[in-house]
Amino acid sequence: MLRFIVRRLLQLIPILLGLSILLFAWLRALPGGPAVAALGERATPAKIAEYNRVFGLDEPLWTQYLRFLGRALRLDFGTSQTTGRAVTDEFFTRFPGTVELTVFAMVFAIGIGIPLGYLAARKHGSWIDSTSVIGSLLGVTIPVFFLAYLFRLLFAVQLGWLPGSGRQDVRMEATHVTNFYVLDGLLTREWDAAWDALQHLILPGIALGTIPLAIIVRITRASVLDVVNEDYVRTAQAKGLANDTVRRRHILRNALLPVSTTIGLQTGLLLSGAVLTETVFAFGGVGSTLREAISTRDYALLQGFILILAVVYVLVNLLVDVSYGLLDPRVRVK
Amino acid sequence: MTASLGDRRRERIDALAARAGALPEGDGGVSLVKSAFRRLRRNPVFLIGAVIVVVFLLVALFAPWLAPRDPYAQSLLSEVRQGSIPGSREGYPLGVDQLGRDLFSRLIYGSRQSLLIGVVSTVLGAVAGMMLGVLAGAFGGLVDTLVMRFVDIILSVPGLLMAISISVLLGQNQVSLMIAIAVTQIPLFARLLRGSMLVQRDRDYAVAAQALGVRRRNVVLGHVLPNSLSPVIVQATLSLATAIIEAAALSFLGLGDPDISRPEWGAMLASAQSVLSVRAELAIYPALCIIVVALGFTLVGESLREALDPKFRR
Repeated sequence: MLRFIVRRLLQLIPILLGLSILLFAWLRALPGGPAVAALGERATPAKIAEYNRVFGLDEPLWTQYLRFLGRALRLDFGTSQTTGRAVTDEFFTRFPGTVELTVFAMVFAIGIGIPLGYLAARKHGSWIDSTSVIGSLLGVTIPVFFLAYLFRLLFAVQLGWLPGSGRQDVRMEATHVTNFYVLDGLLTREWDAAWDALQHLILPGIALGTIPLAIIVRITRASVLDVVNEDYVRTAQAKGLANDTVRRRHILRNALLPVSTTIGLQTGLLLSGAVLTETVFAFGGVGSTLREAISTRDYALLQGFILILAVVYVLVNLLVDVSYGLLDPRVRVK
Repeated sequence: MTASLGDRRRERIDALAARAGALPEGDGGVSLVKSAFRRLRRNPVFLIGAVIVVVFLLVALFAPWLAPRDPYAQSLLSEVRQGSIPGSREGYPLGVDQLGRDLFSRLIYGSRQSLLIGVVSTVLGAVAGMMLGVLAGAFGGLVDTLVMRFVDIILSVPGLLMAISISVLLGQNQVSLMIAIAVTQIPLFARLLRGSMLVQRDRDYAVAAQALGVRRRNVVLGHVLPNSLSPVIVQATLSLATAIIEAAALSFLGLGDPDISRPEWGAMLASAQSVLSVRAELAIYPALCIIVVALGFTLVGESLREALDPKFRR
């Protein structure tokens, strides 16, 4: 198992190197290059030259790349033009919000998706089955930001049941220790703060969760349908095991293998790609910050965030692979 | 062969390719395409999807004849007030948008832009991906490793982030939007075609052609490639749906066509957000168009996959 993990870790190196080259090239290929990116589009030529000299941008490309790599390894991506704070600091204050949102969305998607997919497969051909198939098709084709807007309009603006923007009521004077607002509330025993933060997660979380929900329903259904016809299930039934035992030990356990992979991959995607939903709800996580950086052309922030998010995504994928190795011993031997 | 991250995702693509590649030679004398078509004709899912796709294609094609009004004319601008936008009335079946333009006509013209973006970016992505796939699948060895490592790097950046980076780099216009979406599609097609070609390369007919002394280029291009295409075609149909949705998302993020007067569903949806509480229909109709078209392509793609998959043959 250890060898398997080490092998996977080693395979990350070329991918991360490739990524760093891509993003290094990206900032340089922008019109005006990094100087304009840092100083803004109205910088004078003299200022640009000065900037290039100070930051060694007049040196050969490969020395520049090595320096970029060295700084990236120390998580130094420069400062954001709009806030003036270090990009890395900016990231780590924003990221907990995105993590909370992702966890909420995935709990929602898994909690409904697996039972629904299982039910659809067991009642193959029934109305539950066809409804869940159609529903999962719709879930993938509805633009997520449109759904988010509808939710916000209906439940926040018109009905006023739930908060429709931000991570916490601004009037709430909550103490923030970890920047995970729900967790903070629990840690400091400010229950109302935790409850308020949780309420802020509901609408964006459900909107965000619809896509993984649709995919989980689909995969669970297909996977259960596959497993039900396996010889070992028939054997288990033939030898007189209780239906419940067959269901739990033989069908569900085997059917959930591909589902677990899907869950992992979707978690990685949500952590890195909640840009649309977060924007609609002005959530203040990584996603809505990225959206702001696009409109203000805050290149340093864009570069840093995208690189860190890609690394997060790659690491989550690695975790998925490793956990798959744990769940399914066949993968390890290959 | 070395494995690396994102294995599950890649394995699924490869398994798909292998399965489509493992088709039996013929169905008792009936050719693969014929028997697939026979099954498709009886499949209601395919028929519904096909009707949707054909209807929207016709609408896009004949937009100037179908649209009752000029989609750019702000003919009812004078009646648009803060907090009230005229709804459906004589000559304006769906009412007008926040700038007094006929919504129905804009939706009809919008099909042109949306389908164009979807088709162009999918074709671009598919062609680029297929070229990489052919390279890897035909040569194998070092070329294969290099190409696949490159594809892995693209695959390691989440699609939307990749599209955002490219759009920002290339500037805000329609062409860069298409390129951005195309790039996110490349890895899928490259892996799919490579996997499918690896299966076909070892099939008897390919070996036979080689034994007969046919040149490698002709074996690859004339025999292996045509037989490897079916999973790619299926994927292209499904990718059309994704591309249209992704284009809407990029428009929403402000990375779409800078000419916002041009009717395009994604842009219409994005610009309607500010008046959502006044007239939600302005967002709902373009969203419905996107959903229905995407659904149409998805239904066609899924039923094509089933028809071409030997597992579903009866």
